[in-house]
Amino acid sequence: MLDIKNLHAAVDGVEILKGIDLAINAGEVHAIMGPNGSGKSTLAQVLAGHPAYEVTEGSVTYEGRNLLELEPEERACAGLFLAFQYPVEIHGITNAYFLRAAVNSKRRCQGLEELDPIDFMDVLEEKLDAIGWTDSLMERPVNHGFSGGEKKRNEVLQMAVLEPKLAVLDETDSGLDIDALKAVAEAVNKLHSPENASLVVTHYQRLLEFIVPDFVHVLARGRIAKSGGKELALELESKGYDWIKQPAGV
Amino acid sequence: MTKALEVRDEYVADYEAFSGNGGSGVPQWFEHLRREAIQQFSTAGFPNSRDERWRFTSVAHLTDTKFALANGERPTLSLGEVKQHILEAGKDQCLVFVNGRHSKELSSTDGFPDGVVAGSLRDVANSGSKRVERHLAKYATTDNPFTALSTAFMSDGAFLYVPQDVILGEPIQLLFLTASAGRPVVSHPRNLIVVGRNAAASVVETHLGLVDGTYWTNAVTEAVVQENARLHLYRVQREGARASHTATTQSHQRRDSNFALTTIEIGGALSRHDINAVLAGQGAECSLYGLTQIQGKQHVDHHTTIEHARPHCKSWEFFNGIYDDKSRGVFTGRILVHPGAQQTDSKQTNNNLLLSKGARADSQPQLEIYADDVKCTHGATLGPIDEKALFYMQTRGIEAEVARNLLTYGFGVEILNEIEIAELREQLDQLVHARLDDGAERRRAVR
Repeated sequence: MLDIKNLHAAVDGVEILKGIDLAINAGEVHAIMGPNGSGKSTLAQVLAGHPAYEVTEGSVTYEGRNLLELEPEERACAGLFLAFQYPVEIHGITNAYFLRAAVNSKRRCQGLEELDPIDFMDVLEEKLDAIGWTDSLMERPVNHGFSGGEKKRNEVLQMAVLEPKLAVLDETDSGLDIDALKAVAEAVNKLHSPENASLVVTHYQRLLEFIVPDFVHVLARGRIAKSGGKELALELESKGYDWIKQPAGV
Repeated sequence: MTKALEVRDEYVADYEAFSGNGGSGVPQWFEHLRREAIQQFSTAGFPNSRDERWRFTSVAHLTDTKFALANGERPTLSLGEVKQHILEAGKDQCLVFVNGRHSKELSSTDGFPDGVVAGSLRDVANSGSKRVERHLAKYATTDNPFTALSTAFMSDGAFLYVPQDVILGEPIQLLFLTASAGRPVVSHPRNLIVVGRNAAASVVETHLGLVDGTYWTNAVTEAVVQENARLHLYRVQREGARASHTATTQSHQRRDSNFALTTIEIGGALSRHDINAVLAGQGAECSLYGLTQIQGKQHVDHHTTIEHARPHCKSWEFFNGIYDDKSRGVFTGRILVHPGAQQTDSKQTNNNLLLSKGARADSQPQLEIYADDVKCTHGATLGPIDEKALFYMQTRGIEAEVARNLLTYGFGVEILNEIEIAELREQLDQLVHARLDDGAERRRAVR
């Protein structure tokens, strides 16, 4: 589904990613771990198409297409989703309006008919049920005045409504208490299927107790320093990151 | 002698003619108020940029041109032409003014419940109403030269009185139309609204230009909200493209009353709106909401003062501005907390969105606090579209241009959502939308 080869990326002329290789197949859950500043969030932002990051070398192929040539909205329409570490507040636009605009953009590029507000509410309610939330946040402006937990919840709700093929979750666990963490993880797990894949970016092993990854990659200084199964996360938890900081072969 | 002084003297001369002719036949106290005001105007003259309160807004256009009194012009408008500008809600509680003059034919007052007084200010004053005498020109002070001019030339406008315990379900509409401006004309609509104890009303004051010519509207509205009464005043400024609009909205609140003002500024070439809200009774609350959406070379200045004169009052102020092309916005938010006005709770927010490099906005909060147990917060933002929000929306599949429009729209909707009259909200919503589409279209054409 996703094939990242020798990816280098820089922001303001400073190279952050220094040759990432990563392949993700449908049905898989990958976790990217690593210390602060290792490039985890940069990788997530580059995949989503943030204009501030410049790809200087390498390639990213997504479902046979060159992902890097697509605008952020084209990537979204192709099924890529990024759950933000810091979700953005939007003035005046209610969650319901925003979600419908997003769903209809996607439907437009898939050649489907747009949903009117009533049909959309049906879809929304179904999704809320599916992830076990009744929602009072729908008529409030997007993320405006939301608590940290509500913002993260909102990201997962958007993900549920947009039904991505590849979901990138950027530190969705940071700042959450254990109950909110469980709720978010449960929702992510419910959305998982053999047709789609997830890339979970996290600093802490704790999230991976609830979202069990097939593969764990450790990012250090802009490269994947080590890859392994879910047991690698536990090893990191007990030993910390220091033993791994030197990438292989350096 | 400079042009501004010459023009000032011409207005003083106009006053003499007016008080002896078109403005005659009013009670003595009324005439007295006018005479005092013209003297004040004559001494002070037009403001200039050396005055701190007028630092960001030049009224040079008004001092370069001599505007004749619009009362002299009597354009005829048919009910059919006017009807489209009247909301269906409360259509029988509607006073229409053309070039500053009350038009009985175009107005409809059948819907008012018994006891409500609604009519031409001058007629009610002439009928010997003590209520008008007690309140008129008692709140809006003539140290503002435009208010002084308004008081000097006051003749027509609306007088509204909602008696004690009367709750009006439908809005009252005041529609001010400028219909002909073959030469530069000025009208001075003057309104007085008194909402009695425990009463509740909403009023929609609309200023609409039906012509593209040069004209000037100088409006003053005084609103008295008595004990435990509620008033929501909506003010929509949609003057013609070459019009100037100067205005004062002055509220005076008694104990436990609630006053809300929603002011929408879309039209005119130059608009200066002074809003003075006085919380004169304990436990009173006031909310001021403002939306400015302008383009071209339009200029809108909101100059607000909220005076906390008594303890336990709350004020909430929320102004958004959307500025395109070379337009310019000014917001001044003065909060004055008197000694003894303890437990004051005041919040002020001013957000300005600049859609083009040529647009400009100035925002200045002014907090003057003379009590020690108060909560006053203020915040202002200024800048182009938030790139973070834009990217966020794009990652949700929304095309950049649609996202840009939606973010801008959100700025407007934030204020429009405070409008409780659905029909008015939808109408303004469409106007905001149309302007956005228009702006986007022009940008595409330039590209």
